[in-house]
Amino acid sequence: MRYAMAVDTKKCVGCSDCVVGCQTENNVPIGYCRDWIVEVTDGTYPQLEIEIRSERCNHCENSPCVRCCPTGASHYAEGGVVLVTPDECIGCGACIASCPYDARYPHPEGYVDKCTFCLDNRVKKGLDPACVSVCPTKCMYFGDLDDPNSPVSRVLKKRKWKTLIPEAGTNPQLYFLI
Amino acid sequence: MREELIVSGRMNRLIDPGLHIWHWHIPLYLFLGGLAAGILFFAALVTIQGKADKYPAAARLAPFATPILLSIGLLALLLDLNHKLYFWRLYTTIRLESPMSWGAWTLMVVTPLSIVWCALNIRDIFPGWDWKYPVLIRLEKFFKQNLLTISWILLVSSLILGVYTGILFSAFNARPLWNTSILGPLFLTSGLSTGAAAIVLLSRNTAERHYFTRIDLMLIGIEIFLIIHMFMGFLASTQVHIEAAQLFLGGPYTTVFWLFVFSLGLLLPAILEILELRGFSMPHWLAPVLVLFGGLMFRFIMAYAGQASRWLY
Repeated sequence: MRYAMAVDTKKCVGCSDCVVGCQTENNVPIGYCRDWIVEVTDGTYPQLEIEIRSERCNHCENSPCVRCCPTGASHYAEGGVVLVTPDECIGCGACIASCPYDARYPHPEGYVDKCTFCLDNRVKKGLDPACVSVCPTKCMYFGDLDDPNSPVSRVLKKRKWKTLIPEAGTNPQLYFLI
Repeated sequence: MREELIVSGRMNRLIDPGLHIWHWHIPLYLFLGGLAAGILFFAALVTIQGKADKYPAAARLAPFATPILLSIGLLALLLDLNHKLYFWRLYTTIRLESPMSWGAWTLMVVTPLSIVWCALNIRDIFPGWDWKYPVLIRLEKFFKQNLLTISWILLVSSLILGVYTGILFSAFNARPLWNTSILGPLFLTSGLSTGAAAIVLLSRNTAERHYFTRIDLMLIGIEIFLIIHMFMGFLASTQVHIEAAQLFLGGPYTTVFWLFVFSLGLLLPAILEILELRGFSMPHWLAPVLVLFGGLMFRFIMAYAGQASRWLY
């Protein structure tokens, strides 16, 4: 099993519902976010293009955060989802420094926190992650890449896509449809 | 002109707008760890060579500083942790892929050894010292009989400690400035150089001082070569590495690096050391103090500049 997510940059309007949905579902402390919106404007005025992305942890297959964790608190869970066990985390910050996407943050309680793909609270119950569920433009797809009929497998077959900084060698599992 | 404007809605504390997860604790610890590693390396080396009586400051006096240096460093490390009460989790596992795990276990070897080393030489400071309890006297006898073995363990573990302080940074490919394998040897050389400087500072014996001044001069030469080599590597690498090097070549860290680290911490002490070896009379403390200052500044600048270097996407 290999969980992955695809975000359609052509459909995303940057409304931040995914951000608020995640914060509510996961009790994210005030002032922090596990997912966020990035807007990239590119071109020569007046010929400008805008790309809107809903970003989060890339749940990389070759995760620098898992590699550098001195206690094993950062680990691969079911379907390759990268999780942190709070009781094993010493809050050293090595994983935060090691993430090229800066997807992690120190939780006010001390341990390091990040996107979980809502694995335990939703996905294991057969639901989509909170961000995917609340998206008003239905621009996000989630599922198992090993299952050719999952929404994410189907959309990745049909559309052109990219990942973020693939040259960092992390093999990210968050895909952006372009 | 083509322009790219990136707007992010993320504003996590210590992550945005620029990474600042590591403050003064980590660079201070890296400096103290490297310094202790340097002192202990030379203590073990002169003991193995049978020159402990010829170089008493290196073999016996300077190592007295190391348990204190390591304790302050470890305290800084503990203060740096955000989840402090769980620090013992470091010692319930060994993770070979994690430099921090390596470092934690290396410190577990080096710190007790540094205390044993002091205990074996305590009569140099307190001539009338008596261990009182038979078990301690037997322990001292045991360690004295195995001094050569302990010296070899100390030699290897201090080298691991010195090189790990650099590898800790170089393992992070997310921070292009740190992501160079030259950083391990560079921090090791800098640690050995500060160790030699500390011995020069503490030595009351001209022959010993000159011997370690020559060693320090050689180490400074290697360090300058490694620094130039590091920048050449960056400039011949990818865009993010070129940008990382430019932090020091016109960017915000240019002045502090070339003034405090390169000029005051490497070049000037090297010139003073050459003059001293040529027989010019000057304050003996000046060059080693500058080397120690340069070593400290180097750790701070690398820690902060590294967090400022990143991938853009």
